[in-house]
This record gives sequence, structure tokens and C-alpha cells, in this order.
Amino acid sequence: MTISAAGRAEAARIAAQFAAAGALPVETAILQPADTLLDLYGEDIRARAYVTADPLAGEMMLRPDFTVPVVQMHMESQAEPARYTYSGEVFRKQESDERRPHEFLQVGYEVFDGKAPAQADAEVFAVIAKALDGLPLRAATGDFGILMAAVGGLATSEARKAALMRHLWRPRRFRALLERFGGKVAPPASRAALLSADEPFKGAGAEFGLRSRDEVEQRIEALRKDAALPPISGEEISLLDMILSLRETAQNVLANLRDIAVDMPAIVSAVDRLEERLDALAARGVDVTTLEFEGSYGRTSMEYYDGFVFGFYAEQRPDLPPVATGGRYDALTRVLGQGRAVPAVGAVIRPEVIVSLGEGAA
Amino acid sequence: MTIKLGVPSKGRLMDKTFDWFGARGVVLSKTGSEREYTGAVDGVDGVELVLLSAGEIPRELAAGRIHLGVTGSDLVREKLANWDRRVKDVAPMGFGGADLIIAVPNFWVDVDTLDDLDAVAAAFRKAHGFRLRIATKYHRLVRDFLQANGVADYQLVDSQGATEGTVRNETAEAIADITSTGETLRANGLKILSDGLIHSSQATLFKSRSADWDGGNRDIWRKLEQVLGV
Repeated sequence: MTISAAGRAEAARIAAQFAAAGALPVETAILQPADTLLDLYGEDIRARAYVTADPLAGEMMLRPDFTVPVVQMHMESQAEPARYTYSGEVFRKQESDERRPHEFLQVGYEVFDGKAPAQADAEVFAVIAKALDGLPLRAATGDFGILMAAVGGLATSEARKAALMRHLWRPRRFRALLERFGGKVAPPASRAALLSADEPFKGAGAEFGLRSRDEVEQRIEALRKDAALPPISGEEISLLDMILSLRETAQNVLANLRDIAVDMPAIVSAVDRLEERLDALAARGVDVTTLEFEGSYGRTSMEYYDGFVFGFYAEQRPDLPPVATGGRYDALTRVLGQGRAVPAVGAVIRPEVIVSLGEGAA
Repeated sequence: MTIKLGVPSKGRLMDKTFDWFGARGVVLSKTGSEREYTGAVDGVDGVELVLLSAGEIPRELAAGRIHLGVTGSDLVREKLANWDRRVKDVAPMGFGGADLIIAVPNFWVDVDTLDDLDAVAAAFRKAHGFRLRIATKYHRLVRDFLQANGVADYQLVDSQGATEGTVRNETAEAIADITSTGETLRANGLKILSDGLIHSSQATLFKSRSADWDGGNRDIWRKLEQVLGV
């Protein structure tokens, strides 16, 4: 589908606003090396991004988003604080919904500033909200920082916490792990047989392949340790469930989280950050008394967001994708910076969705 | 006014397909020399036989260039996104059965379920610096299955043949492949995950949703449907 002149004009309008807010306009290549993206997002990205091959550079992808190249560019320049804006096409395969476009515009606003994260969060949200002012949209927000703090504070082994943390973005497996660690589901019979065997390798045949017998033994050892652990308590699991099922205005959520924090002190500083962010949002004119907060927001789609997350949705048009999405992604910069992390928060608007919103109303 | 029936052009799959139609009173045959891919249909009017590679039949059905086609249910699901919106499965034919499964080395005594595979993938990535590799030619089916089951930290590597040997050759750590008896897997020191069945495939008669069904073609199909009893 061709990108319309109206879509381009809308993109230009938003990009000009972002630049006026202090962001430096940047460009990135459309063809990106595939290995970085594959390493970051895993096999799922192959289902979403177009892969092609260059005889010398190897596998390339048509830019599925701007975040990765903009972060890489920033890590090289090392300027801080920095604000960037970009505007251009991104490309996505559509495997299930044929009506969704394969190429569309994104206009983004990214802030790299480690000094005052709550301020930076609020700034990005407010800049996006301003660009969308007057449109019939619903904003939804969430906070991965609180979830991560809650998991990190569980009274159980580091290995269990790491396993849960790894699957925050995969609710089904997260739930399955939690039920097993909570003792609600018995481990499979094969596990029990393995752990009670005197010679676990009996009859298992020769070692071959890259995964060594040592690695198998290490895992058996880890499983033994895990089997000896007491289950995660029902109280802790119900507190975690309470956080995940929160769905209220941000201010009410804050009050609820303060109550939960009495029994779960590990989340106190994350809740402080939420409060700081809400204050910063209010100071920028965002009405936090009506702003929605969902404890599970973004859990299925936003891997690598690890703090504040938000989106703007056209409630009357459930057929349309979100008009804007964004959040904090400090962890992504740590991965791309080979250990050197830069606190980062950003968001993108899809100008063509705004145009179709106008057409729907006309 | 003819409808085209696509059938695998050689081997056991072709013979069994001919038998299946023959048992229902529709006689399919190759015409001309053994090497020529032309055929004839007796026992029902208005049906033209097209001999094709089994792997091309899904694409031809989706494009509407053939009205009916016989191929493995695995190939249709692998090659066509939204397969059930593009073709309809009319009748499973009871042969060509094989399971698409995930298998790992026998000596991985710590791995029996997808849950184990996921945990091992995380540890493997940490130890080796890259994602655990699963060799397959069924990229879509395997990826959808692993995604639905929340397995992470793996990558698929393409293997168009001798997939069972990839682990020994250290080009993959696990495989996802078709097996009917499991004999090749056993011979290569591999075992199937207990919850690693991705799809149970068999030869199936499919009907294209986009082929031209006007101008009497629908009547030809109704007649054929009756004769075949599907």
C-alpha cells in the first residue's frame, strides 16, 4: 500500500513539533544487519521483519523499527543528555491480518538522559500527548519496574527469580512457572524419576553435539537444588496477582501499591518512582486523576521495555492499531552497549493511523 | 467447464492417491510415457488431472490455479499463512502419516518437556553466547508452536535434508522434523520431547477457496463430492 500524501504531511507536522521540543532530527538506514536484531528479539522477529541477503554484508532486514539503530547511533556518539526525532518507513510482515499495511510511517521521540528518569518519562509522554491533542484517544499506562521489583523481592532462589524475570513478557509461561514454584503443580513424572535415579545417564547413549555432558550435569544439580526449595508462599503469589490485575486510575493504583508495599517492601522504591513520575506528569499538565494504569500493561508485546510503558488507542476504532506506543528501555541499551547502559525512554506515533481516524470521522 | 485436481507426480504418495480415488470409483492414471507428467480421469466428467510436486500443491491451491489438490497437511500449514482461509481440508486420506516433532539428544537426560527445553535454551545462550539452534525445514510451524508455548532463546537454522545428523555435526543442538516410525531418530541418538508433537500430518484432499467455482464448476465438484463420499 502506498503511503499517502496526507500521511506524509501528518508525519512532517509531528516531526516539526518534536524538533521544536528540542529533539535532533536523525536518519537511519532502511537495510539493517539482521544478526543484531535476531540476537535481540529472537526468532519471533523473523515472523515480523522482511529478511533479505547482501552478497557481502550477509543477512539484512528491512528496518522493523527505529529503536535499535537510533540506540546504536547514540551509543557511538556518547553525547548525553540527548534527544532525537526520526521519521520514516518501517516494514512488517503481516501473517494474520491482510488489511494491515506492510510498510508504514513512524515518527519517534527518544530521550537519553540518566539524571532524572521520572522527568524524562513524563517528558516523552507529554510530548506525545501534545502531538495527539484533540484526537479521541484513550491513554493506557503501566510500569514494568514495579513487576520486576516484585519478582526480584520474592523470598526464593535467584534461579527461580531469573526464570520468572525472563518470562515477564510471556504471560503463559510466567504463570506456569509461578504455579510450579508455588507448589500448585507437581513437576512432571520424568523430573521425579531423573532426580531419584542413582545413575541418571544409564542407557542414555553417547555424548555428542555442542551441549556437553557437563552442562547436563550442571542442570541436574540445579534441578536438585530447586526441588529442595520450599514453594513460593501463597501470600507472595497473591500479592503478585494483585499487582498484575491492577486496573484503575493511576492515583488509585498508587494508593493500592502503597498498601501492597506494606507486605512487599521490595517494591517500595519502584512505587516511589511511579509517584515521582505522576508528579512530573501532573507538572507537565497531564491529568493524572483520569490517567489509566494497568498492572499487566504491555506484557504480551513489549519485550525490552523495562520501566514506564504507555500507549494511545482509538477507542471507537478497535480495528486500528495503537496510534502511539512507548516506554523505557534501559535494558536494551545495556545489551546493545555490551554492558554499557544508557537510561533511555522513547515513543513512536503512527501518523497514518491519525489520518484514518480523521477519515473514519468524516 | 473443468476443475483441476492436483496430485503428487511421483512415488508412493502418487500411487496411494490413485488407489484412494480408484477405491471410490474415480480412476486416475498417468498418460504417455512414464516420465511425462500428464494424466487422465475416468469415472467422473469435467475433472482434469494435473501432476505436480507435492511441495508446490499448497501454493497452486492458494493461487486458485488448481481447484483441488492432494498433499500433506503439514505442507499446507507450513507454506500458507492463514491456510484455513485460503484452502479447505475436504478429506483426510488415511495415508502418508507422519508427525512433526521436536527431538534432542538421548543423553540430555535432563530434558523431557518444552519447559526443560526452554530452561536449557536460556542456560545454553549464557554458556555459548548464542541462541540454541533448532534445525528444521518447517520454520512457520515450529516458530508458531514454540511461541505459543512460550519457549525463548532459541533460533531456527534451515535444514532441507539429513536433519537428524545436524546435532552430531554441531550445526544445531536440537531438531524439528517429520518422523513416522522414529527409526532414523533412534539411529541418530535422538529422542522426542514428551510434549513436542507439533502436528500430526497425513495426505489430505484440499479445496481451493480462491479458484474459479463459477460456470458449472461448482456442479462438477458437487458430483465429485458425491462419488467420493466426502
